[in-house]
Amino acid sequence: MCEDCGCTLNDTTHDHGHHTEESVRVMRGLMESNDHQAAHNREHFDRHGVLCINLMSSPGAGKTRLLEATAEALGGRMGMAVIEGDLETENDARRLRDKGVPAVQITTGSACHLDAGMVHAALHELPLDEIDVVFVENVGNLVCPASFDLGQHANVVLLSVTEGDDKPAKYPVMFRAADLVVLSKTDLLEFMDDFDPDNAARYLNDLGMEAAMVRTAAGRRAAIGDWTAWLEARLAAHRSTQRESRPAARDMTTVGA
Amino acid sequence: MHELSVCQSLLAQVAEVAAGHDSSRVSSVTVRVGALSGVEPDLLRQAFIVARAGGVAAEADLIIEPDPVRIHCLECETEHGVAPNRLLCPACGNYRVRLVGGEDLILASVALETANTRTSPTTENGEAHV
Repeated sequence: MCEDCGCTLNDTTHDHGHHTEESVRVMRGLMESNDHQAAHNREHFDRHGVLCINLMSSPGAGKTRLLEATAEALGGRMGMAVIEGDLETENDARRLRDKGVPAVQITTGSACHLDAGMVHAALHELPLDEIDVVFVENVGNLVCPASFDLGQHANVVLLSVTEGDDKPAKYPVMFRAADLVVLSKTDLLEFMDDFDPDNAARYLNDLGMEAAMVRTAAGRRAAIGDWTAWLEARLAAHRSTQRESRPAARDMTTVGA
Repeated sequence: MHELSVCQSLLAQVAEVAAGHDSSRVSSVTVRVGALSGVEPDLLRQAFIVARAGGVAAEADLIIEPDPVRIHCLECETEHGVAPNRLLCPACGNYRVRLVGGEDLILASVALETANTRTSPTTENGEAHV
């Protein structure tokens, strides 16, 4: 008996007359619908001349503190806004608002990452015409956020010196996505005898990339000059690219060079 | 565990393909998952079992084709299979390489049952005309 339809012919691969097995070749990216939404977000940022930066790290690496310190350092000459992603609470958005930064909190419930649709909903709540840079502070996680394009122009990954210096080797997908790696909490380096910044740089190099790495100490005596210099240079480059109206997306398949 | 989100988007595409072929039953779904795609095959399999319930693919098998990490060295122009966290040229040690495999996250094909009387037209290599 045919296992598929229950008819009594012995040949199990026969054409039933009423139904046929067919193999359809598709070859479409699984992230197609997210990527489509992300491209829309990117166009939306571009129309407003806004640079969007996706900030990623493990929980507690100091993303929110870096943004607070950035607002203190550049608040006068750069309009910034933040889209905050956390599983629960408005705490981080509140911290940024206290610094005068417009902030939208996305609470993802149990979702481990932000996707392009969530960011789209949030960006319509921001006064983009008054803003130069939108930071998306992704959910603290070195795995899942790497797989979702949000429409950002650059990825910045924080690695704090209280973590292992081999994180780039353990989470290659995340660190390969980085346009800039920020080594954070470097004021604690003198207490951390097992974190060697040269090792971190070497592991990054093993990923076939020469990602720029800057050091920050965003604590009480904020020392974030290399970061703000990178940021201002990136914004200037973004603006000149926009003026020449070249596509903003980078080539995702080329590493190194 | 973003594999569940990935799976939901996969199943939406599968449902679209099935609808386009007037099919209400999918027997298997073949995906190609690269070692640098950020998706873990075992987790994808588990998520598929949860996510497929109630749809056209409720009884479908998930077939995962691996996509190993391969680099092309821009210095010595050779190609090699490498580990996901060591994308250096094994021949000359250079880091200036182009990734030529390992990032795929693709719905390759869908095997489905169509309610018609014609025989299934396939090409010489077994691919169906669509």
